[in-house]
Amino acid sequence: MAGPYLSATAMRGGYGKADILNGCTLTVERGQIAVIVGPNGAGKSTAMKAVFGMLHLREGQVALAGEDITHLSPQERVRKGMGFVPQTHNIFPTMTVEENLEMGAFIREDDYRDTMAQVYELFPAVADKRKQNAGELSGGQRQQVAVGRALMTKPSLLMLDEPTAGVSPIVMDELFDRIIEVARTGISILMVEQNARQALEIADIGYVLVQGANRYTDSGQALLADPEVRRTFLGG
Amino acid sequence: MDILNALVAILNFVVIPAASYGAQLALGALGVTLIYGILRFSNFAHGDTMAFGAALVILITWGLQSIGVSLGPLPTALLALPFGIALTAVFILGTDRVVYRFYRSKRSAPIILVMASVGVMFIMNGLTRLIIGVDEIRFDDGARFLITVQQFRAWTGLSEGLSLRVSQALTLVVTALACWALFRFLNRSRAGKAMRAYSDNEDLALLSGIDPERVVRLTWIIATALAVTAGTLYGLDKSFKVFNYFQILLPIFAAAIVGGLGNPLGAVAGGFIVAFSEVAVTYPWRKIATYLGFQPDGLLQLLSTEYKFAVSFVILIVVLLFRPTGLFRGKSV
Amino acid sequence: MSNTRQAEAVSPWRAPILFLILAALFLAEGSFRNALFSGSWNTALAILNMGLISAVMALGVNMQWGYAGLFNAGVVGFLALGGLAPVLVSTAPVQGAWAAGGPRVILALLVGLGTLVLAAQVWKRVSGLMRVPALIAVLVLGFVLYRWLFDPAVMAIEANNSARAGNIGGLGWPVLLSWPVGALFAAAAAWGVGKVALGLRSDYLAIATLGIGEIIVAVMRNEEWLSRGVKNVSGIPRPVPYELELQSSPDFVARAAEWGLSPAVASGIWVKLLYAGLFGAVLLGLILLAELALKSPWGRMMRAIRDNETAAEAMGKDVTRRHLQIFVIGSAVIGLAGAMMVTLDGLLSPNSFNPLRYTFLIWVMVIVGGSGNNWGAALGAILIWFLWIKAEVWGPEFMRLVTGPLPAGALRDHLLGSAPHMRFIALGVVLLLMLRFAPRGLVPEK
Ligand SMILES: Nc1ncnc2c1ncn2[C@@H]1O[C@H](COP(=O)(O)OP(=O)(O)OP(=O)(O)O)[C@@H](O)[C@H]1O
Ligand SMILES: [Mg+2]
Repeated sequence: MAGPYLSATAMRGGYGKADILNGCTLTVERGQIAVIVGPNGAGKSTAMKAVFGMLHLREGQVALAGEDITHLSPQERVRKGMGFVPQTHNIFPTMTVEENLEMGAFIREDDYRDTMAQVYELFPAVADKRKQNAGELSGGQRQQVAVGRALMTKPSLLMLDEPTAGVSPIVMDELFDRIIEVARTGISILMVEQNARQALEIADIGYVLVQGANRYTDSGQALLADPEVRRTFLGG
Repeated sequence: MDILNALVAILNFVVIPAASYGAQLALGALGVTLIYGILRFSNFAHGDTMAFGAALVILITWGLQSIGVSLGPLPTALLALPFGIALTAVFILGTDRVVYRFYRSKRSAPIILVMASVGVMFIMNGLTRLIIGVDEIRFDDGARFLITVQQFRAWTGLSEGLSLRVSQALTLVVTALACWALFRFLNRSRAGKAMRAYSDNEDLALLSGIDPERVVRLTWIIATALAVTAGTLYGLDKSFKVFNYFQILLPIFAAAIVGGLGNPLGAVAGGFIVAFSEVAVTYPWRKIATYLGFQPDGLLQLLSTEYKFAVSFVILIVVLLFRPTGLFRGKSV
Repeated sequence: MSNTRQAEAVSPWRAPILFLILAALFLAEGSFRNALFSGSWNTALAILNMGLISAVMALGVNMQWGYAGLFNAGVVGFLALGGLAPVLVSTAPVQGAWAAGGPRVILALLVGLGTLVLAAQVWKRVSGLMRVPALIAVLVLGFVLYRWLFDPAVMAIEANNSARAGNIGGLGWPVLLSWPVGALFAAAAAWGVGKVALGLRSDYLAIATLGIGEIIVAVMRNEEWLSRGVKNVSGIPRPVPYELELQSSPDFVARAAEWGLSPAVASGIWVKLLYAGLFGAVLLGLILLAELALKSPWGRMMRAIRDNETAAEAMGKDVTRRHLQIFVIGSAVIGLAGAMMVTLDGLLSPNSFNPLRYTFLIWVMVIVGGSGNNWGAALGAILIWFLWIKAEVWGPEFMRLVTGPLPAGALRDHLLGSAPHMRFIALGVVLLLMLRFAPRGLVPEK
């Protein structure tokens, strides 16, 4: 099969009359990590929602594994193998950790206990708290639950919107390690990050988004090395 | 000083009536709170759902009685209840289809939904009057008492009597069963968890593949079942009168808010809190004070019974002032 | 409320045409005598007068809902409170009532109020462990003192000539003066409720007002010393002459004969016309004031808040304060209508304050007329009131027509007997249809 695993091309659209996305293109290869960085309000979250079908696109296509999914609903995209962790409100706060994971597996008809065990293995910190309400966990643990919930459908493409927001540096490093681990199992990852430097370190491909359009697109290392990108987006 | 008689009097005049009234409120408040949690509005038609369902139950009861069916010592209404629930649920699902779904899909402000529920309230109120009239109706056949005052006095030799009506005992038992089943459903079953997930975080529930329309339908059915049960038990206990069900709306809302809107456990607690406060405040304590050796010259009644709704209101105001999310942390303010 | 407000153009002729149709309905009611209309000018004017008062109520509700999106589910309470004013202000003083316990009741009420204020102060000032016990102590002591003062005084007042009076009576001042007092009563209650329930979720106000409405009505029903409860207060003075006076004036009788009317009919019509003039003047004055207010910077801000609360808040507007203002003003207008209604009836009948009739019917008037538009609300009020009254006649007629083919029997009797209940169903259907298909009402906001 030719072409990248996910390809979202020339996306144009927004919430009201004004477009937030102005011809934004994102592609991810199988098993690779793609990172989107950019200033606040650049439309990063909006681009993620567009890829996931939560935003009406006026122009552009989204294709997964070569299949056009532009007109599918988010639920249908989940069935096609996409998993999404939104930036905020990404857990069920009054449900236990275990129930959060169960809800992640809601569409699965088969036995998902293996997957749950794998998630607990990946995030031992939350495994200890499986009977506790997710709303009572720390910010970092919540993010782990949120990622775990998305992994429960065994997605082939995992989309993370700022998974490290509000997380201490140590936990952040750990979370990045986990994400690399997930990618090694063959899952493609599309991720938005504020901590651009660390994120680009692990990125196979990086996108710098400004005002809803691609400003720079290159491998993570190349972007880190680009003096122009460093000066304007990475703070020197 | 006569502590035993005082205790019996408290049990007879305060605890038992308040417990059965509290159970009725709890069932009503559970429905309100579930609808609030899932559909995110305060359903003003809930009292009239109770009345409408109870009216159907009465009609079916009469039908059963006329063909000679009865439950022995238990009220025949118990047999009619499932049918009443089913019919009311069909009606309520119809209102969701024709009325509420439109506003839901438009994501209208909650207050518009409240307004729509007022329209539904009018229609259900009219229909109830139409099918059963406005008069007071008693429909509690079967045995009236589990324990009568005379029996109790004979057994215990106390001068103060205690009675337990079948309707009161039934209310408590049915409520306990309903709560047990509901909480088991919410905590154990897939559909119940989906309901909680939807109530917690609607968007994430959608992303997880939960079908919102199924959740909404399920919620209406459960809330209706609870409402019709509450309405029937209330009618068995006190007699059926359409207007009373409009008035009971306030204590039910108070109970749901006190417990935290959207929180089922809170609704049950809220129901009992409101009921016990109401009865305690409107009960004349003179008799009990006398047993305890005081000689009060007044009735020792804090508020006359006509003002029992003021009690719910005051509780409501206090909670809104000091803890708007309710004692058990409901949905955001 | 927000984002549903499309600004499609509405013909400027719409309101005048609708008002003309309304006028035609009243003319028909007055002049034709058939199955639909009574052909009596007295009836037509009676409906019109209550319609005008309903329009004032609708104006109040419209301020709260149309300008600010606040759902007041306790209209009946504010109305009843306003209705108390004519009794307390303008009925004749009751002999001996004041001496029996007037000052003591006032003192008791002051103690009650003082207790609440003190409790609020304790809660604000005291901190730490003593806070709750101190609060409870203040409330308990205050309550005991209040009851100690209140109960004997009330008993004495109610014992005073209990067959004919038994209440505290009024001041004997002109009845028109009681109208603004009624507005003040309602405003004070609204301030209290609004202070607590505004600023929280929008449905909390609905629930809290539902409660205060029921409580006010319960108070009126049970506090005989105040309102005589179910015994009603009658003999409230009138701002217009009595029919009997007119009939005994030879001048008037002669004038009536010129018009070809009997003195009885003519006097009824004349009195009702005077009332209509009075109510119409109040209504027009209120609409004028409301329109001026809406066009002022204050009104523009109100609407900005309603249309986008979050944005207004972000711009530093104190939304809750504005809401409190409009809630109090709207309730005052409702209270005014209550005083007017009791004046028209000449009677305060606490048992008649039914929430379906006085809260939710008013709501339907506003929604049908056009929320946000004062003329619309007034039009909706008069129209719905006309239909509500006529439905009493038309309902059974309609049922007779429908059940005509049915054999005489229990079912037919039941259906005929239940025609009055159809009014509620019709009302609900109208409300839902308007909300769904014409949420902006007959005369939409400009
Ligand atoms: N639900 C919404 N409705 C309307 N406008 C929105 C909505 N969400 C975001 N926007 C607007 O879209 C623009 C892009 O927002 P977006 O959330 O995509 O930015 P972002 O790049 O993710 O920023 P951040 O780094 O702060 O998360 C912003 O101007 C924002 O105001
Ligand atoms: Mg973002």
